[in-house]
Amino acid sequence: MFLSAQEWAAIQLTLMLATVTTTILIAIGTPLAWWLANRRNNLTALIEALVALPLILPPTVLGFYLLIIFAPQTPIGQFWESLTGTQLAFSFSALVIGSVLYSLPFVVQPLQQAFQRVPQTLLSAAATLGATPLDRFRTIVLPLSARSFVTAAALGFAHTVGEFGVVLMIGGNIPGETQVLSIALFDAVESLQFDQAHRLAVGLVVFSIVLLFLLYRSNRSNPWRVDT
Amino acid sequence: MSTLKLALLCRGDDDFTLSLDTALSGSGVTGIFGSSGSGKTTLLNCIAGLRRAEVGSSIVWGENVWQDESTFMPTWQRQTGVVFQDGRLFPHLNVQQNLRYAADRCRSGKTAAAWDKVVLWLQLQPLLARLPETLSAGQRQRVAIARALLSNPALLLLDEPMANLDHAARAECITCLQQVRREMNIPMIYVSHDIEELAQLADDLLILENGRIIEHGSFLDISSRLNTTLAHATNAAAITTGTVVEHDSHYGLSRLNVEGQSIWINLIAATTGQQRRIRIPARDVSICCERPNATSILNILSVTLAEIEESSGPHVLLRLQLGDQFLLARLTRKSAEALNLTRGDALFAQIKSAALLSDLDTNV
Repeated sequence: MFLSAQEWAAIQLTLMLATVTTTILIAIGTPLAWWLANRRNNLTALIEALVALPLILPPTVLGFYLLIIFAPQTPIGQFWESLTGTQLAFSFSALVIGSVLYSLPFVVQPLQQAFQRVPQTLLSAAATLGATPLDRFRTIVLPLSARSFVTAAALGFAHTVGEFGVVLMIGGNIPGETQVLSIALFDAVESLQFDQAHRLAVGLVVFSIVLLFLLYRSNRSNPWRVDT
Repeated sequence: MSTLKLALLCRGDDDFTLSLDTALSGSGVTGIFGSSGSGKTTLLNCIAGLRRAEVGSSIVWGENVWQDESTFMPTWQRQTGVVFQDGRLFPHLNVQQNLRYAADRCRSGKTAAAWDKVVLWLQLQPLLARLPETLSAGQRQRVAIARALLSNPALLLLDEPMANLDHAARAECITCLQQVRREMNIPMIYVSHDIEELAQLADDLLILENGRIIEHGSFLDISSRLNTTLAHATNAAAITTGTVVEHDSHYGLSRLNVEGQSIWINLIAATTGQQRRIRIPARDVSICCERPNATSILNILSVTLAEIEESSGPHVLLRLQLGDQFLLARLTRKSAEALNLTRGDALFAQIKSAALLSDLDTNV
């Protein structure tokens, strides 16, 4: 199957965006989920609601507000420009920030649920053996929620690959810089190039099926459970 | 030797309050006895730092302050090992890794407890590669005990470690703990609602009722007194210690020397010269004013009547002095009045041999 250079660039950009986004999501999602799993108050309820917002909000709404915030004349836009010398809006960095916010619930929620399932009794047992809080997290919580990390990473990755509205609003459609697969597909349809649209669409469908299949298979073969 | 000084106030659910001010021995085994809801587990959790006692409470181990007005030392910094009722083995680690987890975090400033010995005493060698979910309840508790020991605590807390075990597993576990107690010089606080279990292990006894201490002292002393709740239970029993003198394999019996007199019990696996505890239930002791001859009872001890508990019920309880130790005897009030007993009487106590079976050492 022949792909044009522009399509290849879109595929590479999409994988790059999804990889960077997933890495950042795991890095900030883990402590956030741990905090949410261990505290119950009005603040956590508010944060939980904010994290879940992208699940119900149209992506274009989120994209619209980010576009406004990222504009060169805003404090954030100016700060970014003074830091990097480049404009934030319509850049790859803007796509990463937008994707992180948009895919946050897909990473935080499975992790939070996994952390809540780790029995408190095991953590107190570890404490009586002299394990520090960080040690307990590393040696008890992480291994017991390992499969949820796989789930969270896969969902975050797949959701980033499939996003459209946020990217269109804050990234635009610059080939090689901000044109991801879903946008390239939209572009192809817009210009009535259905052959190209088919190639991209089939590729995305196959990719999604394979990823989800691998995910569910790994969940099924997990050796120990923490459902208590 | 450190002692554990406690001044605790801890409010629980409902209107339950644990309130005590005492010092626990820093050697041997202190048994905490009480019915469920008496505050035993709350007490243990406060000592381990798993629960925060009210402001104003203090917990001091030797020179180390674990809690006072300005301090609350977190659990992982206290030198307490805990054996929980439900074992709490880490499900993703096998037995060896569970033990290694403890040994790797062994308290600094102390040499690691000998791995080989602990594994031997608790009979864990064949289990090392197994995952916790494949173990029986008794095996899990033995692993939990070994794990707590390998973390080298200054003080070992045991919270009803045998509550979920059947009789055989319990006997096995107690035998292991008795060996640990003999071999390792580690103070233990052992919580249980089963006085017979404590009788196998405890040197001191603290009895809790509704969050307050009602008795605290030497186990042998408390178990032979008349004015305690223990003495009024149907399974009241005195504990005596004796030295193993000889074994008679022909009849399947062992002889103990208790205060210069002989007590025969079922054959036990102990070498001569070792000290053993025997538990003599009050209801299995009867009284004669003259030494009986031609009786089927094997154990007849010469004793002095130390105390009679007067009662309006059908039974009276006697405290009988045997050298420096004491026995309890429960008689009908009718018998006691017929014998016209008074304090200081020289009497003969007949003990049914079967009564001595409850010494768990015989179950080895």
